[in-house]
Amino acid sequence: MLREVMDLPSLLDSRVCIVSGKGGVGKTTVSAALALGCAAAGRRVLLVDVEGKGGLSALFGASPLGYETTTLAPGVDGRVVTPDEALLEFLADHNLTWLSKRLQSMNLIDVVASAAPGIKDILVLGKVKQIERSGAYDLIIVDAPAAGHTLTFLGSAQGLLEAVRVGPVLTQAREVNELLTDPARCKVVLVTLPEETPVNETSETADALVDMGIQIAAVVVNGWYPGGPSVTVEDVTRDAASAGIVVPEVEAESLVEAANFRAMRHELQLHQLGRLEDLLALPFIVLPFLFTAALGREELDVLAAECASQAATLEGAA
Amino acid sequence: MSSGHTAADGAASDLASAYDTGEALTALVRRSNTLVFCGSGGVGKTTTAAVATMHAARMGLSAVVVTIDPARRLAQALGVTELGDLPRLIDPHLWDPDGERAPGGSLAAVMLDAKSTFDNLVQKYSAGPEQAERIIDNRFYSNISSALSGTQEYMAMEKLYELHEEGEYDLVVVDTPPSRNALEFLDAPNRLTRFLEGRAFRVLTAPARGGMRVINRAARLFLRTVSRVLGSEVLEDVVEFFAAFEGMYEGFHERASRVRELLSSEQTAFVLVASPRRDAIEEAEYFAEELAAMSLPVAAAVVNRLHPRFHTSLAEATRLRAEGLARDSDDTGDGATAVARLSDLYANLASFQEVAFREEAQLERLRKLIGDAPLARVPFLGDDVHDFATLRLLEDNLFPQEPT
Ligand SMILES: Nc1ncnc2c1ncn2[C@@H]1O[C@H](COP(=O)(O)OP(=O)(O)OP(=O)(O)O)[C@@H](O)[C@H]1O
Ligand SMILES: Nc1ncnc2c1ncn2[C@@H]1O[C@H](COP(=O)(O)OP(=O)(O)OP(=O)(O)O)[C@@H](O)[C@H]1O
Ligand SMILES: [Mg+2]
Ligand SMILES: [Mg+2]
Repeated sequence: MLREVMDLPSLLDSRVCIVSGKGGVGKTTVSAALALGCAAAGRRVLLVDVEGKGGLSALFGASPLGYETTTLAPGVDGRVVTPDEALLEFLADHNLTWLSKRLQSMNLIDVVASAAPGIKDILVLGKVKQIERSGAYDLIIVDAPAAGHTLTFLGSAQGLLEAVRVGPVLTQAREVNELLTDPARCKVVLVTLPEETPVNETSETADALVDMGIQIAAVVVNGWYPGGPSVTVEDVTRDAASAGIVVPEVEAESLVEAANFRAMRHELQLHQLGRLEDLLALPFIVLPFLFTAALGREELDVLAAECASQAATLEGAA
Repeated sequence: MSSGHTAADGAASDLASAYDTGEALTALVRRSNTLVFCGSGGVGKTTTAAVATMHAARMGLSAVVVTIDPARRLAQALGVTELGDLPRLIDPHLWDPDGERAPGGSLAAVMLDAKSTFDNLVQKYSAGPEQAERIIDNRFYSNISSALSGTQEYMAMEKLYELHEEGEYDLVVVDTPPSRNALEFLDAPNRLTRFLEGRAFRVLTAPARGGMRVINRAARLFLRTVSRVLGSEVLEDVVEFFAAFEGMYEGFHERASRVRELLSSEQTAFVLVASPRRDAIEEAEYFAEELAAMSLPVAAAVVNRLHPRFHTSLAEATRLRAEGLARDSDDTGDGATAVARLSDLYANLASFQEVAFREEAQLERLRKLIGDAPLARVPFLGDDVHDFATLRLLEDNLFPQEPT
């Protein structure tokens, strides 16, 4: 059998890619890096921020995103899709603008959202589906919400299908479910850290997604520490002597402590990555912990290049 | 990191201030009857809340922690693998293996079950079992009691209030769900009661009489449209729920204001947990400002998952040294591999010093914001925290004590 070489766009070969994971693991950073990596390979990419928090655009040094599309980098556009605006648009599309005004003025949005839980997620994903249908982008990367669980967000369609029996919301839920369960149109990237609890939760989430018929393109393990040998003060003293340089004793001790800390962290992370690889037969991308100050465009480029070069070492699905 | 000090000086003064912090935090635990751990997602609220409760128990208090959604292995350690209503006592052998605790200390934990806490409230405030049953069986109710944003926050506060009222504990520690702002849980009781009041909805569904007719024609159109969008069963559930809930708002409302009173009492302390990253600290700042605006100052802060600090020279100097050595190691010759090894060690030390330096700067921002309140520094432990041995290790960091 021919070994097909992968590249990033063929790893993320669906039109929509939902980047998901627990709070703070690096979803936004990874979304941006994947977008840059795919744009570098010639894809037109849209980054979708579903929270409107501003973290995504800040990474590109741009001002906060709005509901309008803006360009973040060559080949990468960005925009916000929030439930409230998606609701207004949804109702407007159904000639029900008056209803949305009414709902807002009477503070009934929450009542509606509770009557049909998941409706907010459906509206967001419905909007994403509409952009996908428009064909304006080769790839739409969705930076999934931090609050709530991956499964709540992605399970909203199937939940609503059971709760709502008729009407445009049902149609919307059905279409979103079609999108989510069609691997040609949509896949998920799970972001996690090489730590025990995140590893356990990622494995559980992956299993549940499979049960829901949602395909996973890759798992990104973020915040990877470099490896290095454990050393002793004697090792350092010996090296210093043979190099003919002076290393003061306190400094030697610090060098040793830092080296051993690095080795210890790396060891633990290796163990957790090993567990994850045993648990999940999926492509993995491992991104380094960057010691630099706040992340910006330069660091994104490093991570994007890392994604691309690791994708190239993955074996293509025959 | 100041260049004038030697490593030993820096370490000694750090230790002294750590003991001061430990003392201040211990005093806070002693004088409070309620501690609320808050902060953004994944920073360590659940873990540090458990540590503080254990510390209180070891100090001789009868302490209980209300945890929310703990990682499974931590839940196992606390003996709360199932959601529950009643706190469970934890065997002292687990958290005090050497029998060092002060007399009277006991440790209990309960994992918040928002739905059943809500059910209990409904039972308490309903006119009778039939009304309660009608509500609890309603599908809309089951959505709000499990999925409405803010319900979990409110029920955490409600549980806190319940445990406080029972008066069985010296200290009730409550964990909170991940939230970006303090209002998410402080305002949750009010938001939920406003929601339950559903004033607008009641007007809409009230039977037509006299002057109401005009409103009602509009109302009918409104309801018909909503049911066209969502389906009529869904709407029936809603209408039925509000009908069944009739007469219970006052009780809920009053309860919410008592919960609020407890939160603003002198014996309630808010502990803000953060990680030492710019975005996390910005969220913490926002949190602290909001609390202050409501006259609920941050009583203590915990900066969790700090990188270790390796005392020596400045990071810049270490980095220069690494780069110099890297250039030297390009020369082939005796000792070149030794130079390369040393260069790598210097580069590694420089990276950790840079990270520690930046974390320190973030921490200072938080320190300014909380004034005199103690700020505890908790290192990243490398391994997950899910047994009492590691909780004890964190306790030593959260409440450092001078060896006697
Ligand atoms: N590889 C990395 N190296 C160093 N820092 C990183 C790395 N990835 C992410 N970070 C930092 O970690 C923090 C969290 O990252 P990010 O905002 O991408 O996570 P998130 O999952 O989107 O968070 P949230 O759930 O809050 O939306 C940020 O401060 C970011 O700069
Ligand atoms: N100092 C530490 N060293 C190592 N691991 C830690 C430390 N503090 C917390 N952890 C680990 O980090 C993870 C998150 O901690 P925890 O659950 O307490 O955070 P949280 O703020 O309650 O999160 P959430 O917002 O999701 O409820 C857990 O797996 C915990 O074991
Ligand atoms: Mg994010
Ligand atoms: Mg928690």
